[in-house]
Amino acid sequence: MSFDSFSEFLAMDGHGQYVWLSYAIALVLFVVNLVSPLLRKKQLIAELKRRLRREKSTS
Amino acid sequence: MAENKKWMPRWFYQMASPRWSYEIMGKLMPWFAIPAAVLLVLGIAWALAFAPQDYQQGNSFRIIYIHVPSAILAQSCYMLMAVAGAIGLIWKMKVADMVAKSCAPIGATMAILALATGAIWGKPTWGSWWVWDARLTSMLILLFLYLGVIALHSAFESEATAAQATAVLALVGLVNIPIIKYSVEWWNTLHQPATFTLTERPAMPAEMWVPLLIMVIGFYCFFAVSLMMRTRNEIIHRERRASWVRELIEKQ
Repeated sequence: MSFDSFSEFLAMDGHGQYVWLSYAIALVLFVVNLVSPLLRKKQLIAELKRRLRREKSTS
Repeated sequence: MAENKKWMPRWFYQMASPRWSYEIMGKLMPWFAIPAAVLLVLGIAWALAFAPQDYQQGNSFRIIYIHVPSAILAQSCYMLMAVAGAIGLIWKMKVADMVAKSCAPIGATMAILALATGAIWGKPTWGSWWVWDARLTSMLILLFLYLGVIALHSAFESEATAAQATAVLALVGLVNIPIIKYSVEWWNTLHQPATFTLTERPAMPAEMWVPLLIMVIGFYCFFAVSLMMRTRNEIIHRERRASWVRELIEKQ
């Protein structure tokens, strides 16, 4: 451990805001890269299902 | 090629089948997702709490564990996008076009991450968020290339035309990659030289560079997962009239 207490860990000797902001941005962008393909998949499947149902009802 | 000689490995031709690609990516995904989760959690804990602080930069140095992996990945992803685009152009391989298209949004977020963390790191270290330095400027151009590829994709009605146009743009933009790499050597820059090189041992102690290596591998695994998710969506979308996709949807 490079820190003696949790408050020291948060403060990072005055650099806390820079370090935590960087890691927060990274977290947000990682979540975006996981959630956006998942949402797209859901949307695609719903769309294709609707199309299949429509084709069945007309034929 | 008249005689149509098969001089590439078998999987290269199998990759041309959207169905085969869809299935193999589904099988491969957990093999990247689990290492990605383990390596990133381990790497971040090590980076934030256990790595020693830098004697000059103090704790702001911990930003390196996000900054370097994202910058490396942004460039690797660009090279993959250009190579996949070229394969799509030469062999008319649809799956390669889909991989190239899927690379762009991920690469763009990685370029943004590298630029943002660089700016945040620059403030306490150089006293400025941004300087028009060669490394920073060439990295900004990389982001614009990604945004250009994304915009160009949405400008075409036909998927095939869009794939050709973006592949050409990606290939032309490839010249930027060596410029980014050697910018710290060719010009006098504020940016420090590369941390990792293939030929020399890192200048930092092991307890600093081992977590960095873990983060780099973790970023690559995460990228593989995200890329496969996007490519699989793209396959379903473009093959929506194929019977195997219809069966797949009906089963859902």
